[in-house]
Amino acid sequence: MDEILDSSNTLECDILIIGGGTAGPMAALKAKKKNPKANVVLLDKANVKRSGAISMGMDGLNNSVIPGYATPEQYTKEITIANDGICDQAAVYRYAEECYGIIQELDSFGIRFQKDENGEYDVKKVHHIGTYVLPMPNGDTVKKALYRQLRKARINIVNRYMATRLLTGEGRVAGAICVNTRTAEFLTVKAKAVIMGLGAAGRLGLPTSGYLYGTYENATNSGEGYAMAYHAGAGLANLECYQINPLIKDYNGPACAYVAGPLGGYTANAKGERFIECDYWSGQMMQEFYDELQGGKGPVYLKLNHLAEETVAEIERVLHIVERPTRGHFHAGRGTDYRKQMIEMHISEIGFCSGHSASGVFVDEHARTTIPGLYAAGDMANVPHNYMLGAFTNGAFAGLDAAEFIEDVDFASFDEGEVIAERDRVLAPTKRDDGIPPNQIEYKTRRLVNDYLQPPKVTAKMELAQQRFEEVREDMEQGMYVRDAHELMRALEASTILDCAEMAAAASMYRTESRWGLYHNRVEYERDDENWFCHTILTKGADGKPTHKKQEVKPYIVEIEDDEKDAYYKQRVTSTVAAE
Amino acid sequence: MPLAQTATTVPVVVNDDLCIADKGCTVCVDVCPLDVLRIAVKDDGTKTAYMKYDECWYCMPCEADCPTDAVTVNLPYLLK
Repeated sequence: MDEILDSSNTLECDILIIGGGTAGPMAALKAKKKNPKANVVLLDKANVKRSGAISMGMDGLNNSVIPGYATPEQYTKEITIANDGICDQAAVYRYAEECYGIIQELDSFGIRFQKDENGEYDVKKVHHIGTYVLPMPNGDTVKKALYRQLRKARINIVNRYMATRLLTGEGRVAGAICVNTRTAEFLTVKAKAVIMGLGAAGRLGLPTSGYLYGTYENATNSGEGYAMAYHAGAGLANLECYQINPLIKDYNGPACAYVAGPLGGYTANAKGERFIECDYWSGQMMQEFYDELQGGKGPVYLKLNHLAEETVAEIERVLHIVERPTRGHFHAGRGTDYRKQMIEMHISEIGFCSGHSASGVFVDEHARTTIPGLYAAGDMANVPHNYMLGAFTNGAFAGLDAAEFIEDVDFASFDEGEVIAERDRVLAPTKRDDGIPPNQIEYKTRRLVNDYLQPPKVTAKMELAQQRFEEVREDMEQGMYVRDAHELMRALEASTILDCAEMAAAASMYRTESRWGLYHNRVEYERDDENWFCHTILTKGADGKPTHKKQEVKPYIVEIEDDEKDAYYKQRVTSTVAAE
Repeated sequence: MPLAQTATTVPVVVNDDLCIADKGCTVCVDVCPLDVLRIAVKDDGTKTAYMKYDECWYCMPCEADCPTDAVTVNLPYLLK
């Protein structure tokens, strides 16, 4: 294994789905159900059995809109405010209307959702306004349940192939170029429609531990979806609205307020005092978190040591078996116990991820990107704050729409020269006798991201970042060297990470205002609703560099009153709660 | 320019006595999202899984899915 082989094959299918994590499997199931004759291929650079952000499952739904607990209007309003007004509500509203049906479908797959003694869904309040958090008692089984459905529906699964570039022609998508991660063999997939569900750009900033893979996001999600969309000419929206999360320091996993909050846990400063009213993740909340850390009242902690033993035991039971189960190992190794002391928290590295913020490939309420036949869903598509249930639901929208799209089209023709050029680009690091290994290219890029792009954002620093990124690009293109197919996968990821870093800098420079709290805190500029109440759309310019435009926020479906729109900026506790 | 041979301690540990790679099992290698595990041939000619690349998200499918409980995921030293 890992020896570089010289081979290339071609595959034809109706719908190619890239990414087998959360959105991808649901897109595949929906497309196949709607059009049973369609040849649907689900491709992943890992193994679909355990790929993606939820490889070990999830502790609950963070954003379920369940009749009787919340309405689509209320949810749409909440997310619009949490995302600081920059939101095309149609996609959020459609999600809010249809996610309940997806919950019932997941239930039919054997994934259970918590119910109270009356048999009603046991929904918890974590957000600032509404009630949307629904625990999943057997959340560790999600991937297995999905995999069973994929086998049953006879979806063609292709594991360990990494898509590197999309193919386009006739003004629409034509397929993708892929490389085997263990043999470097090429696979050109011709497809009538392509659905991307490639997750966040999680390896963009460097975690404070310095360990390249100690990221908040599953480290395999290195941003290929963003880079491929960019190179294909699709629009990417609001990339300056970074993802930054409050995490357990060093472990770099969620603290996790969505589990602990409803049971009485909270985020506290060094004195054990609560300083934010609401632990739901938003840029505005992260700004308060940052201010507390920087203002001499930190470190910031997760506080559970005031809770009863059975409550702590319940929190532990959930947090130590799903999503990031090594958390228990981490606390055991440190000798930390929720019962005895507060747990130190910190701020994550930056990334792109619409699952928690709003930086993603631009899509509408059908998950359509700006390229006909090309769809995006989940963390990489710009439906704000969409989390796991958003990935499932928007993945479903993509699958349904793609199943219709393919009925009227044949394969788009494309320039074969693109395949040859991509092959040369991909294999260049295998043709050298020595040079710079991909881990050093990646480390340097990500260290520069931390040095110059992390908020608070400063123009002069971001300009320096752009210069340094160009130097790294030169080194990468002229001197990167790999010894086997596995290292080649890392080399391709390093290239993606550098693309994302350049997009992060360019997008942040373009929006000359501050918005989304810490996510786009540009110290030289105030919030400016007059000039910047708009999306920013980044595309690849004719010179191969990012180019930008403003795009109107579509008229709201659900009106936001003037006194509501800053609700997420009013989270600081005014009279502090005394420590126990 | 030759590359340096810098050693790192790896987080995923496989108990050779329990590992059944010799019987053809490759479950941990198959499920790893970052594809960092491989099968090695030991001195006595039998096979075992091991962590070849220090690129671990300490996510645990390898440990959870191992049929003989041979795999333990420790935290990488830099962050433990």
